[in-house]
Amino acid sequence: MKSLILGFVASLLVFAAQAESTATGDLGLIIERATGSVLLVDQSERAVVTRIEGLGDLSHASLVYSPDERFAYVFGRDGGLTKVDIVARKIVNRIIQAGNSIGGAISDNGRLVAVSNYEPGGVRVFDADTLELVADIPTGSKTIGLVDAPGRKFVFTMWDTGETWIADMSGKAPEIIKIEDMGANPYDALITGNGRTYITGLFGEDGMTALDLWDKTPKPIRVLPGYGRGQEKLPVYKMPHLEGWALAGREFVLPAVGHHEVLWVDADELIETGRTPTHGQPVFAMARPDGRQVWVNFAHPLNDTIQVIDSVTKKIIHQFKPGPAVLHMEFTPRGHEVWISVRDANKVMIYDTHTFEKLQEIDADSPSGIFFTARAHKTGL
Amino acid sequence: MRNSPSPRSPVISAKSSPMVRLAAIAAFLAGSAWMAQAGEAQNSEALKRLVHHDCGSCHGLTLKGGLGPDLRPQTLEHYEVDGLAAVILDGIPGTAMPPWRPLITSDTANWIAQYLLKPETK
Repeated sequence: MKSLILGFVASLLVFAAQAESTATGDLGLIIERATGSVLLVDQSERAVVTRIEGLGDLSHASLVYSPDERFAYVFGRDGGLTKVDIVARKIVNRIIQAGNSIGGAISDNGRLVAVSNYEPGGVRVFDADTLELVADIPTGSKTIGLVDAPGRKFVFTMWDTGETWIADMSGKAPEIIKIEDMGANPYDALITGNGRTYITGLFGEDGMTALDLWDKTPKPIRVLPGYGRGQEKLPVYKMPHLEGWALAGREFVLPAVGHHEVLWVDADELIETGRTPTHGQPVFAMARPDGRQVWVNFAHPLNDTIQVIDSVTKKIIHQFKPGPAVLHMEFTPRGHEVWISVRDANKVMIYDTHTFEKLQEIDADSPSGIFFTARAHKTGL
Repeated sequence: MRNSPSPRSPVISAKSSPMVRLAAIAAFLAGSAWMAQAGEAQNSEALKRLVHHDCGSCHGLTLKGGLGPDLRPQTLEHYEVDGLAAVILDGIPGTAMPPWRPLITSDTANWIAQYLLKPETK
């Protein structure tokens, strides 16, 4: 009888432990840029779970996830690197690793976290468990477009010198390949989901530059070299962003710089396949995960609007105004819904991507980047 | 910016002709100029928000620099208000600093220059 009771108590304990466990596959974090906090959100419930505070200056912040979707590494503008445990719902480690940073990446095996810095210019690589410094790679330039590539590699580009470096972290010390002549003032870069093509957008000249990372010694490939020639550039009040999700079908969709349009480029041939005129200077041109639609937001002062482009016809099929200062969009992993941060409305809006119906509004303090945990399993995100 | 009259963005269809788009932009700019003049006095909070959030997208929310340079008072002390306002209005050719003249009046640019040089006075 005693053992029966003990058995019953034990099974109760097991049940309690299970009830406390948290599934993280449909969770996400939203950056609250002005208050140094992040919102933990539940994508299926379309609701906030909790707010986590104390992350420093989060203007232009981004984050990556550990492969088990438990930890987020948040890269703050103040050089802060904060490790957030989304199961325990708290900060578990935080360092100030530089004076002024811009973004980060996590290696394919989840062991290394890299941060790109403006000041001092370069990349620093940290142990994902302890946040101890593993490698310091000064570049002498503001460093942008940092992504992870297969084989424990990080790829990044220099705003001032127009070089791209590939750092192979698979050995004891980083092995670095330097590629010169990527173009004038690269402002951001993306890597395709298969880890093969790295594309930098250029601010200082028209066009973009690609690298084939499957090549042992990648050479700069000019994409759209004559683009925009003879047309006066319009002022750019916010730099566009390039993200790995901009692959729609066989084509990249890229924001033009100083021209109010998005550009379509064949992913294999790297030649232009079309242009779609847009409402303003595009900031993000993001393909829905199935590639059928591209959602575009715009720079100040036209940043209250979103346009949706059909990737087959390359025509705008929907335009609407979520509210003042639309900063970011994140699709659910299968693309049925999109979350949109509207900074000056202090809201995140959730829309059905098929009917365009608004499904929910969530309160958030000056929201910017939205990051769902499914990014953990994508190269370049 | 939430509680202030915000500039109405022109709805420029992707199919609009260049002339229509130009006209829409011109109408929008006229509207912005009106907004800047009409509301300036009571809009200092909105202007601070513009500086920190929109200038801040390159210069950082705290203005300590990003892709664009540090804009804190100690870094700018070699500037006079007029010179700084001119940079804001006309940008710096060959760099990422755009001309803000299409969006703001010279009075607003002066206000921003004064705010950057002596934030405590605003």
